Amino acid sequence: MRADNSSAQAAFAHASDYLERRPLVANRRPLSWITEHVCRIVEQPAPMWWWILTIFFGAMASLTPVMLTYLVSTGVGVWGLNVPVCWAWDITNFVFWIGIGHAGTLISAILFLTRQNWRTSINRSAEAMTIFAVICAGIFPAFHVGRVWMAWFLAPVPNANAIWQNFRSPLLWDVFAVSTYFTVSLIFWYLGLIPDLASLRDRAKTRFRQMAYGLLAMGWRGSNRHWTHYEKAYLILAGISTPLVLSVHSVVSFDFATSIVPGWHTTIFPPYFVAGAIFGGFAMVLTLLIPFREIYGLHDLVTDKHIDNMCKIILLTGSLVGYAYAMEFFIAWYSGNPFEIYAFTNRAFGPYWWAYWAMITCNVAAPQLFWFKYCRQNPWVVLAIVMFPNTGMWFERFVIIVTSIHRDFLPSSWGYFSPTWVDITLFIGTIGLFVFLFLLFVRFLPMINMFEVKNITPEADPHTPDSHSEQNSAISHPSSTKVHA
Amino acid sequence: MNRSEKSLHGLGAEFPTAASLLHAAKKVQALGFRRWDVYSPFPVHGMDHAMGFKRSRVSLFSLIGGFIGLGTAFALIYYTSALNYPLITQGKPYFALEPSLPIFFELTILLTAFGTVLGLLLLTLLPRFHHPVFNWDRFQRVTDDGFFIVLEAADPQFSNEASRQVLQEIGGTHISEIFQDPEINPHPARPTTEVVS
Repeated sequence: MRADNSSAQAAFAHASDYLERRPLVANRRPLSWITEHVCRIVEQPAPMWWWILTIFFGAMASLTPVMLTYLVSTGVGVWGLNVPVCWAWDITNFVFWIGIGHAGTLISAILFLTRQNWRTSINRSAEAMTIFAVICAGIFPAFHVGRVWMAWFLAPVPNANAIWQNFRSPLLWDVFAVSTYFTVSLIFWYLGLIPDLASLRDRAKTRFRQMAYGLLAMGWRGSNRHWTHYEKAYLILAGISTPLVLSVHSVVSFDFATSIVPGWHTTIFPPYFVAGAIFGGFAMVLTLLIPFREIYGLHDLVTDKHIDNMCKIILLTGSLVGYAYAMEFFIAWYSGNPFEIYAFTNRAFGPYWWAYWAMITCNVAAPQLFWFKYCRQNPWVVLAIVMFPNTGMWFERFVIIVTSIHRDFLPSSWGYFSPTWVDITLFIGTIGLFVFLFLLFVRFLPMINMFEVKNITPEADPHTPDSHSEQNSAISHPSSTKVHA
Repeated sequence: MNRSEKSLHGLGAEFPTAASLLHAAKKVQALGFRRWDVYSPFPVHGMDHAMGFKRSRVSLFSLIGGFIGLGTAFALIYYTSALNYPLITQGKPYFALEPSLPIFFELTILLTAFGTVLGLLLLTLLPRFHHPVFNWDRFQRVTDDGFFIVLEAADPQFSNEASRQVLQEIGGTHISEIFQDPEINPHPARPTTEVVS
């Protein structure tokens, strides 16, 4: 009996060696190490590569106002839109950018509610990405209205015509959904920044920095009488952001799903759009984080485990999207409606077949590589693979929008859409704007949520037995040179 | 009573870890102090309980915000579409619940967020750019890796000598007087002896 017991114990000890959790902050970094390594990105003089990239992307971003000025001064006809394709690159770009934003809110809100502690290293930059993506997104529908100086008609303000907005239109729902999403994301992001802005304030060497970060930090002093309300407010904002993020892309999909156009009129759209948005958003998070992690040596904060987790989410959501593509075809066939069936066969084998198969390759086939551990563990392989979802999600929106309307019920009104140089240049401009804003963010704000990362270190847990002297086996990397006491 | 006593904000002590801070806070609470506070770089688990806090009331502000949002959305849609200028579009009813739901939802969320932030600012009395604790030079580390307890002079139990004793007994180091007047240089009242816990 006793022998049994000890062998069972030995087996258990062996298993616990195996099942040891990998720490979220590698190498047992002390709290001050975290502050130092995150803050010095902001405090050190800007490196040469930063200037080069910022000037390059700043110039690229300036294409946006240039193209918009050209559009407004000439007329909306400079885009390649014409009957029957009146929604094309502009709405494609809008949905593309809005979708990218979703990973940020997912990481900051949904993973917070589900207590996924690994989110802390990546939520700040993902939320910043959300805000910049929504800024890029908002440009397109605002200018798509044609007479942009009348865009204020979208707001419920009494006007000379005495007519109000049509609240029964999904396009107006979209205005409310996107503007609420932007505002709440901004509030959530700023609220999370306050304690870290206080860190920058307290480390400031110059009066100007002290004043600037001090004003933004609102006099935060880490008081527990504040933390108690702060944590509650953060929880509530996470709680309301969760249905919000799921609703935004659902409302965006209503723009299509509430119409009677074959290929758009499907009930699968809301969940399918949300899965696609998370898929594309995580791909963009990885695209931005992997290079900055290398440049700034943040391997201990954004560990291989973080990348591995995100790859798995991409694999899951990519497969969900693949299922939705298949289900659309099945339902089209099952409906027995010839227009539906035609819309989908035309999508895969019509004049835009190349866009459809590019989408399938990028969104369904490429992420399957993440089944292999090798592909998830090598950051450069990951970076190469996530370029496929980044491209594929743009194609998805293009396919949904353009292939559905270029051949509608009457063959006499069929057409083929090609973008003009203005379409293309404006899209390039918004890519420049997005990267430019992100570069500014990395330079001036802490790109990693310091106080939340500190909160998940073993020494932050007041209930670990003697958390500051003898380290027990809960921590697997005692190799750190400096052990904080 | 000289000038420095009048402007004494309280006594501050530093603690090495979150765990020691939590234990110390429990003792201070047990001694019956009321005007005191704990400062840490991150919210310490269990500290609210140790300090005897009740549930934060931020949620009340959120709830009120949410109701105002929902009410605003209903009033906006009903007034504009059914009362002020009823307009037939596509034969749909002037007002119906289904097409109104997205706007109801969005405005509820928006004003809940506003209510939450407003509640947070009111309950924490932020922004407040000056506070006596900032006059303590060691306090800068609170946003890095410093853990502090400050017993305020306004507390009826406070007395400079006895409270200093309390802070020492619960394991505080670098015990210092903190003044409201930033002109008075904060100084460690006694030679700082590192208490190794």
